[in-house]
Order: sequence, then structure tokens, then C-alpha cells
Amino acid sequence: MANVTTPIKAESRDLNFFYSNGMQALKSVNMPLYENKITALIGPSGCGKSTFLRCFNRMHDLYPGNKYQGQIIMQPDNTNILEPGVDPIEVRMRISMVFQKPNPFPKSIYENVAYGLRVRGEKNKRIVDDKVEEALKGAAIWNETKDRLHDLAFNLSGGQQQRLCIARALATDPEIMLFDEPTSALDPIATANIEELMSELRNKLTILVVTHNMQQAARVSDYTAYMYLGELIEYGDTDMIFTRPTRKETEDYITGKFG
Amino acid sequence: MTELAKKSQASVLENLDSVRAMIKRHKRNDILFSIIGLIALMIGLLTLCTLFIDLVMDGYPRFNIDFLSNFPSRRAAKAGLLSAWVGSLLVMTVTFLTAVPMGVAAGLYLEEYAKKGWFSDLIEINVSNLAGVPSIVYGLLALGLFVYGLGLGQSILTAGLTLGLLILPIVIVSTRESIRAIPIAIREAAYAVGATKWQVVKDHVLKYSQGGILTGVIIGMARALGETAPVITIGALTFIAFLPPSPLTEAAPFINFDWLTSGFTVLPIQMFNWLSRPDHAFHINAAATGAIIIVVTLLMNGTAIYLRYQIRKNIKW
Amino acid sequence: MTPANQNTIISPRLAKNIKRNVRERIIEFILMLAALSAVLTTFAIVGVLIVESLSFFEHVSLVDFLTDTQWTPLFEDAHFGIMPLVAGTLTTSAIALCVAIPVGTIGAIYLSEFASHKAREIIKPVLELLVGVPTVVFGYFALLFVTPLLQKIFPELPGFNMLGPGIVMGIMIIPYISSVAEDAMRAVPMSMREGSYAMGATRFQTAVKVVTPAAISGIIAAYILAISRAVGETMVVAVAAGQQPNLTFNPMESAATITAYIVQVALGDLPHGSVGYQSIFAAGLVLMIMTLTFNILGHIARKKFRENY
Repeated sequence: MANVTTPIKAESRDLNFFYSNGMQALKSVNMPLYENKITALIGPSGCGKSTFLRCFNRMHDLYPGNKYQGQIIMQPDNTNILEPGVDPIEVRMRISMVFQKPNPFPKSIYENVAYGLRVRGEKNKRIVDDKVEEALKGAAIWNETKDRLHDLAFNLSGGQQQRLCIARALATDPEIMLFDEPTSALDPIATANIEELMSELRNKLTILVVTHNMQQAARVSDYTAYMYLGELIEYGDTDMIFTRPTRKETEDYITGKFG
Repeated sequence: MTELAKKSQASVLENLDSVRAMIKRHKRNDILFSIIGLIALMIGLLTLCTLFIDLVMDGYPRFNIDFLSNFPSRRAAKAGLLSAWVGSLLVMTVTFLTAVPMGVAAGLYLEEYAKKGWFSDLIEINVSNLAGVPSIVYGLLALGLFVYGLGLGQSILTAGLTLGLLILPIVIVSTRESIRAIPIAIREAAYAVGATKWQVVKDHVLKYSQGGILTGVIIGMARALGETAPVITIGALTFIAFLPPSPLTEAAPFINFDWLTSGFTVLPIQMFNWLSRPDHAFHINAAATGAIIIVVTLLMNGTAIYLRYQIRKNIKW
Repeated sequence: MTPANQNTIISPRLAKNIKRNVRERIIEFILMLAALSAVLTTFAIVGVLIVESLSFFEHVSLVDFLTDTQWTPLFEDAHFGIMPLVAGTLTTSAIALCVAIPVGTIGAIYLSEFASHKAREIIKPVLELLVGVPTVVFGYFALLFVTPLLQKIFPELPGFNMLGPGIVMGIMIIPYISSVAEDAMRAVPMSMREGSYAMGATRFQTAVKVVTPAAISGIIAAYILAISRAVGETMVVAVAAGQQPNLTFNPMESAATITAYIVQVALGDLPHGSVGYQSIFAAGLVLMIMTLTFNILGHIARKKFRENY
């Protein structure tokens, strides 16, 4: 299972999460994210996989009344990023996110990618130019956009928009990147592009991806976690989860008997 | 762990300190803006309070029963509001009787009867356009059409009709909004037991939307009560030392309509009149009148806002 | 429908149905007439303004009307140049906007992005109350409170001036801007905000760099509608700006606006049909064209914003 030589980048410990209406969406979840690996979260809708993912960049802090219990420890500084004293903004600067539906800002392609740098107060045009180009290349969308960097981002196709959002997330050199069902709004070709991109990104950073497409999890991830009703049912090597799961529930879900 | 990974770890840790310092700086903007934003919103409220206190302090020598029961006079201390508040009351009656039936009927037609098409579009465009027409233009309309065109003169009827047209868009819009909030299922349930369209409208649609309509009517009436410009344009008199004929008589048929054609003044015009005199003693009268107008309109608007809040809270569908 | 003379063979039940249908039609017709009143009012307004203005332009040439720099219709030597009135209207409106646009926009951003749900529930009704205050009362405030206050800062400021009423008008229209602009900002999808927060942006950065640009056409609509309000506002300027037509853009001077002029004439005893009487309709027509233009532009901006989301 876990490769002993691969360091852990982040790890959730006894993580519970309650929505403002009192509903407990996560129940004592313990799970590692290995550095420079892709971890996939699968499970039926409403199982808490997106909720879990959004704990990592403290997205739940945006809505009043939500409550975390437990820890997410991030390395190398050994910080519990859920601690009240830790600023969610600091967490988000280290951990970026790609959303289910592409959500570019109503700005030019260039300004979308530069947004994270602007937020950090970067004013040097040379540095911003370089970073934007690097990020667009990293997101495999440079060739399509290099001649129209100042066009409105809305004019791109859905798949291009999603790659732009990846470039936006990439431009600030995050340590971890979260993908919340990144291909659910895309066609198969665009999906294949994104999946390929994720495999390449693994060299630079650590990835956590939520997907309800099991084939996708099997194709791209190194580790897979199966969640159900807010609990982590099984976690392990992707090959192992898909070929010989130890838990009956996981097997039922994977073989399509359930979900 | 590779050499490269170790190096990147070190840079991450180093970075973290500068990131924290930067966030601290940025957060100062958040706090600063929270304060500025609150102040910006307070300006309105503070003005309202200052205005009210100013009026009360300036006008308090006139807060007595004589002020309400006296006619205007050349001597400021003797002058009162009798003809103005009676005039306002009568004008508002005409306004209510015009705007409410017409506005509700128009709202009903647009929501329940009109088919989508150029005709309903035309009406809709006109309603939203009328809401943006400056009130003084209604005064010009009334001057040209009611006073001279139809020969209604500078009367209570003219003023009431004018203000009725002025608040018509408010009544129409609030009627439509509260009708729209009623689910289709309610209408279908009534149709299913064999009701005709009018029965559905009368027994259900109107009944369940009356709270929302009332809110709009109160806001509209408060607006009409405070409107000055259109009534001046009609040529309302500013010095009236008589009351219009009483609408109720002692002999049969107990009702008479002579008051409709009577000359009149209303509260805001009386205030304007006193305000435009150079003699400061009359400014005291204006302040007292202003305080009264503010209290009445704020009470009306407050009631409407409270009512709307209650309706929103109680709606179950 | 069956003509009446063939009714002999109709069963009583069918007759009842016909009667009911006729009644339904009559009701629908009456309701339609009420709805039509909105259209009729618009036509009546335009009709009255144009007819009276046409008589006015029989006496005064359009060129004089647009180019003469004096407006003295009640003098022996009558001049009918609309420019002084337009100048007064534009100056007071500009002052009002200088107050209302920054304050209203900041207020809208605060309400939409910073205020808690509870704070919003309290602040919004209070702003609505402000809208309900009659304008003649604000006129009192401008003349007898704000202007004396300003005179302490600018001792040379005359008792009638455009600055005081302009500022008060600005405060009056803050709620229009803040509520329409807030609606526009709240309509920006949450996913866009999340995208910004996920990049580590603060509230202020998200509000200014993402939400405001995304809502910009809606915010501009709010400004345009506010301009229309300011241009059409009557009582504040009639009370506090003085009623002397004066071709100036200096806020420290007194001047008449289009609306104040109409009030001034209406207060006097101008005979029906005289040029002076007709002149207020010509002035009203100019006012109507100005506000209509702004209203239409505002609606276009608003519609464009709605199409985006």
C-alpha cells in the first residue's frame, strides 16, 4: 500500500465537519495525501467527497455557521490548517482549486491567469508576463491563447475555460491542487485533455481530485478513497481498490451494484 | 527524499513568512473598507436623524392643537394647517379611489390574462417607463389635460387624479409581484373543481395577494401625500382660508360631491409656501409642518416595510 | 358564437354557459382597459407636451431656444434660451452624483460583500425609509440647515446656491444607487466569488477585482437611473437653489433648474395660452427627453447585465 519512501504532503486526522444546519457531513475521516501523487475521491452523490475536498482550502469558511472538528496537518511546516489561528487566505495561497464548472472571471485571458499574482501584490510586468506564459503552457492552452491573451475569457470553449482555470490555479505555484469534479461539465475530448494534464502536473505538485466517474479515478489517480455517508470506507492504492477492494461496500460501488 | 524536494521544502517555509506578512497587509484593507462602508451607509441614516431633529427643534413652538385647527394667517404665530390637512385628506381619498382599482385591475390583467406578445410588452414598457417620469411632468400633464383640456379646473379632483396616475406604476408593480408569488398549483386546484377564470382570480389570486398589494398601496399613498411639485404645477392655491364643502350632509342623500371641484391646498404645499417666505417666523411653521409630514410618511412606509417582512416570513409555499 | 335570433333551440344549460362566457369576456375587457391606462398616460404626457410646445415654437424659433444664453420669458424683453436652465439642472445633478456615486457604490459593495445577513436585514429597510421622505422636507434641510453649515466653511456662499441642494439631492439618491447596484452584485454567481477566494484573495480584493467588474453593467444602470432622478428632482432645487435662470456651472452661485422654473411659473398667475404658460411645457419636454434618454440607457444596461447571468 503506502509507499514508505513517499513523503506525506497533508493528512486529515479525525476530521468531522458540520454544516450550519447542524448536518454532519464528515465523520472522523483519516486520510493522507502523498506528495506528488494524485489521490482520487469517489463515492455516490452526497457522500461528502466534495465537502472533504473543500476543507483543504477552507472554502467552508465563506459561509457562516459551518464547523470543523479535527485536523488537517500540512507538511513541511506541520501546520494544522483548520486551526482557528491559521488564516484561510494563507491556506488558499498554498492550496489552489479547480471547480466543477469552469468559473473564469469576467476579465481577459491574461488577467484571469495573472489574478493570483495580482492578489499577492505582484506589480512587475516582466514577472507577471513570464508567470502567465508558464502557467498557460503548464495548462496546455498556450498555443490556443497566445495570440488572443487580451480577449475576454468567456469567449473560450468550455474545455478551454477549464484549462484556463487550471492555469489560473497554477500561476501561483501552489503546493497542492484540488480538483472538484473538474470534467463533469465537459465533453469527452476536453475531459481526456484535462486528465492528461493532471498526470503531467503530478510532477510539480500534489493533487486531490473528486470524481463521480470511476473510470477517471482509475485512469488518473495513484491512490483512491471511497467515501459513503460522510465516512471514509476504504483508502488505498488505486490498482488495489479497483481490483481487490477489501470492503464489501467498495466492491458493490465499483462493480455498479450500488450507487 | 530527493535533493530537489528538500530545496523546495526550504523555499516553501521561507515563503510562508512573507505570505503571512502580505496577508496581514491585505487584511488591513478589509477592515478599513468595513468601516468606510458602514459610514457610507450611515450617511443616509444620520441625515434622516439630523433632518428630523432639526425640524422638531425649529418647529416645536407650533406643536399645539391650534396649529391644526387654525387657517393660514398673515401672522405666523396664528397660522395653522387646518385647510392643508383637510385638503390632503380629500385629495388622498380621490387618489386612493383612482389608483387602487385601476392599478390592481391592470396588475391582474398583466399577470393573469395578458398573453405574451407585443401588446403585453407595450403595456409593460409603459409601466416601467412611467415609474421613471419625473413627478413634475405629471403636473404638466394634469395642467394641460385635466385643468384646461377637460375643464376640471384647479380642483381636488384634478389633484387626486394626477397623484393617482403618479402612483399607478407603484400599485401595478406591487400587485404583479405579489400575484407572481402565488404558485400555479393553487390556480390549478381551483380550476380543477370547475371554477371560471374570474372565480379563480377573485376567490384565490386576489385573496392571497392582498397583503402584498396593500404594501404597495401604502407606499404609493405615502409618496402621494408628500408630493409637492405636480400639485403646485396644477396651480393649487397656497393661501386658503376656507374648507371645501363637506362630503357628508345632514339632509338626504347625505353625500355631496361639491368638494371635488373645490380649490384646495395640501400639507407639503403649505410647507413650501411658508418656507419660501423671507420672514423667519414662517420658517418655524414650515419646520413644524415638515415634522408632521415626516412622521406620517415614515409611519406609513414603516408599516408597509413591516407588513412585507411579515408576509415574507409567513408565506409557506 | 351563435347569433341571438337562433337561440330558440338552445337548451337552458347552454344558455347559462354563454352567459357565463360573456361575463368572463366583459371582465377581461375591463381589466384590459385598466392596463391600457398606463399606455394612455404615456401618450397623454407626450401629447400634451408636444401640442403645447408646438404652440410655443410658433412664437420662439428652435434655434433661439437652443442657442440663446438668456431665459427671461417674463420680462419685457423676453428671451427663451433653454441653456441657463439646462446648465442649472446639469450642475445640481453633477454635484448630487459626486456625492451619491461614491457613497452609494461603497454602500452597495459593503451590503453585498461585507455585511452579515442580519446587518443587511436591518440596513436595507432603513434605506428604504430614506426614499420615502418627501422632497420638500429635504428642501427645507438644504435651505435652512446645509447651506448655513456650508456658509461657515465658505463665508461668501449666498443663501441660494447650487452646492447645498446638490449635496442634499445626492444624499437623497444614495439609496437608489446602493440598492440597484447591490442587486446587481448579488446576482453575480457565487462560483465566481469562490474562484477568487480559492486564489487566496481577501474580501476586499474579491469585491473590487472580481464582483464589481462582473456586475459593472448593472452598476452603471444604477448610476444612469440615479442621473435621471437627479435631473427630474424638483422641490429641493426650487426651494434652495434660487429661481433665477443663470447660465453658470459654478456651484457657489444661485441658479434655476428646468424643474424649478416650472414651479416658479406655476406659482404665478400666467394666463392660459400665453407664451409664458407654453414655455413650461417646452421646458417640460426638454426635461422629459433628458430623463427618458437616461431611463432607456439604464434599462439597456440593466438588460445587458441580466443577459450575462
